[in-house]
Amino acid sequence: MTRQSIVITGIGLVTSLGDGAEANWAALSDPAGAPVLDDTTCAPFVLHPVPPLPLDAQIPRKGDQRQMEPWQRLGTYAAGLALDDAGARDLVADMHLIVAAGGGERDIALDEAIAGELAGLPPEVSGPLLNERLANGLRPTLFLAQLSNLMAGNISIVHGVTGSSRTFMGEEQAGADALRIAAARLAEGSGSIALVGGAFIATRWDLLVFYGPGGRLWQGGWAPVSGRADPGGIMLGGMAAFLVLETEAHARARGAPVLARLDGVATDAARRSAPGQSQAALAGLWQRLAPMRAAGPLAVISGATGDGAALAEEGGFLATLGADAIRTPASRLGHGVEAGFCVHVALAALALQRGALPAPLDPADTGVVAPAAVLVTGMGQWRGESLALLSGASA
Amino acid sequence: MKDHRGRPLVAVTGIGTVTSLGWGREENWAKLCAGQSGITRITRFPTEHLRTTIAGTVADAPGPVLASPARTERLASFAIEEALAEARLGTPGHFPGPLFLGMPPVDIEWPARFELARRAHAASYPAMVAVATPETGIFETYAFGGVGERLAECFGTRGAPITLTTACATGATAIQLGVEAIQRGECEACIATGAEGSVQPEAVVRFSLLSALSTRNDDPARASRPFEKSRDGFVMAEGAAALVLENYESARARGAKIIGLVLGAGERADNFHRTRSNPNGQAILGAMRNALADAGLQPGQIDYVNGHGTGTPENDRMETFGMRAVFGETPPPISSNKSMIGHTLSAAGALEAAFSLLTIRDQMLPPTINYDEPDPNIPLDVVPNVKRAAKVAHVMSNSFGFGGQNVCLVLAAEPS
Repeated sequence: MTRQSIVITGIGLVTSLGDGAEANWAALSDPAGAPVLDDTTCAPFVLHPVPPLPLDAQIPRKGDQRQMEPWQRLGTYAAGLALDDAGARDLVADMHLIVAAGGGERDIALDEAIAGELAGLPPEVSGPLLNERLANGLRPTLFLAQLSNLMAGNISIVHGVTGSSRTFMGEEQAGADALRIAAARLAEGSGSIALVGGAFIATRWDLLVFYGPGGRLWQGGWAPVSGRADPGGIMLGGMAAFLVLETEAHARARGAPVLARLDGVATDAARRSAPGQSQAALAGLWQRLAPMRAAGPLAVISGATGDGAALAEEGGFLATLGADAIRTPASRLGHGVEAGFCVHVALAALALQRGALPAPLDPADTGVVAPAAVLVTGMGQWRGESLALLSGASA
Repeated sequence: MKDHRGRPLVAVTGIGTVTSLGWGREENWAKLCAGQSGITRITRFPTEHLRTTIAGTVADAPGPVLASPARTERLASFAIEEALAEARLGTPGHFPGPLFLGMPPVDIEWPARFELARRAHAASYPAMVAVATPETGIFETYAFGGVGERLAECFGTRGAPITLTTACATGATAIQLGVEAIQRGECEACIATGAEGSVQPEAVVRFSLLSALSTRNDDPARASRPFEKSRDGFVMAEGAAALVLENYESARARGAKIIGLVLGAGERADNFHRTRSNPNGQAILGAMRNALADAGLQPGQIDYVNGHGTGTPENDRMETFGMRAVFGETPPPISSNKSMIGHTLSAAGALEAAFSLLTIRDQMLPPTINYDEPDPNIPLDVVPNVKRAAKVAHVMSNSFGFGGQNVCLVLAAEPS
């Protein structure tokens, strides 16, 4: 079987810096650009909020909007932006979909009320009461809004994407493997167009109670990734990216402008039981991708999360790479977990399309080049190493 | 040996299963063929105030009640170990391929929430987050990637484990991803597993609120009634199945026993409603037809269908529509394992693929039990109540999920 070339023809991007690829690119290209922060909603945590979105433009039915909470709405909105950008609205029936998902919002008030009433009671007393409080308090729609696979379900319902639907779980790694498998299927001829991406809302106490015990969240005022003293820390950021992938032949045949080529995606999961394992995993992935690197300047969009140990491992790998420039989006956007990798691939595609990199985003960022190739790195906060290699449309 | 699309054939060389009927492939299969039910009253937690108080649970080991991800991991681990023992591939702690894990999305459960509130002397989220330190173990327990990571470490699978959910089609999607990886030549072998261990109060309440569950609490063994006139919903259940998938040629070359083939997979998403199929049945039909086309078969070559058969009024009606539309006036027999083991949700697609392969191995159709009164709107041969010997070369296994995610697999005997 001949492997077909895969190209990116549509980007739907939302971050704390703005709604859409244009707004984000303008903000990231501004040398005086600054992060957008929310230090009150989940104080003492400083987080990157998602801007207000004109939801009606992408989710026209209010009934659909009501069936979702912010996380699913954000993903469904960004997916629509990607379809519009690719001019692919009429191709959704046979479009394949892979979403990288966490979980949707819980009912915070109900959780707090139940825990407050029952936590101190003996289990034989609290058990029956818990059943009663949940049965009377939970809203049926909230179950659907919370279900991981229903971001994909809503994208099918709202936008009509029905070729297939898969949802990957597993924090950062889910985003990278969603992209890898979506591209691999197209490359071997399983369909000709796919939609892949994810969304993340940072300003959620129900996520902080999960990520907090990971021990890797940054506690303190805003600082760029390189300025977070050992052992570093993660500042979560709301963001979403969906990408329309196509075989090059399919894109050319329908006259769709190619934003960038996706030359390869590779993933691994080192056990991280000793220093150097993540770095070695990244080096192994690069061995697989390096032969596909387009000639010319190579830039890196770093997936550094802010966590110090992962940053050191990635730094060790990048030191051997000899890239001409590095950008660290987490210093401006925060860390978007499941959505992060596809957001960074979207930035790489925009850089290739526009022939320029964002302005330096972190004091440690280096190089100013018009990249011919961009390597996107992904480092899970706990597990997962990923690389994606892109090149310009004309390469 | 290639299939009709020029892809490597994919063989199954190992199967492991655990359900409410018991631990292990042969015990499960014997009890399924005997028409036994694994559905009982829930004893894991108090059931006062619940509309549904029955389920197909798998008991935890003696000790504290496990959280869902820990239970899911325990069940998956058992199934993988049994499958590996049959396949005789790799060495302990070293499997020469990746892991595809279908499992439910998990969330911090109430005992852990109560513990945080007690530590914080307050129940507000900010107070709980302030005391939610690493030693609580919450992150690694409830991380979506946590179960896959621990299984990958235990069995020494290669590369990043893939964890996925497509609701009630999850187990079938895991198999499909594994099959595709072999077809693409990314690996010669892999483990595909679907596991489910989430019978806990909040999950039961949530499914109850969707009016999805049977409330026939008085007679648990007779509550799951797929395709039967008085069916009133599905019964939540737990379990796991694992398949060792291999490139057929390399499996033959190493002298492996071939249990059967995964000949094809088809999927189609529905865009109608979050919990209901489009009444036009297009997505279900599309998944079934895509699976046939992927396998290179005509409808008449399917000898038996392992149905999704949940026992909800809606599913069984739509599945009947699909059966008649795809297979015409004389569809092949269809039976529902869920009549005995309940709806194992994220595990169902994998368990039912496993039992489809055993159907082929033993040339025996497992029954649909509790089939007392036929539903005139379901004119299907559901293998009522008693197993039946039959000549079976090709089986279709259906999985239709909430959120409109539909997957059908075609399982086949080894080519003669």
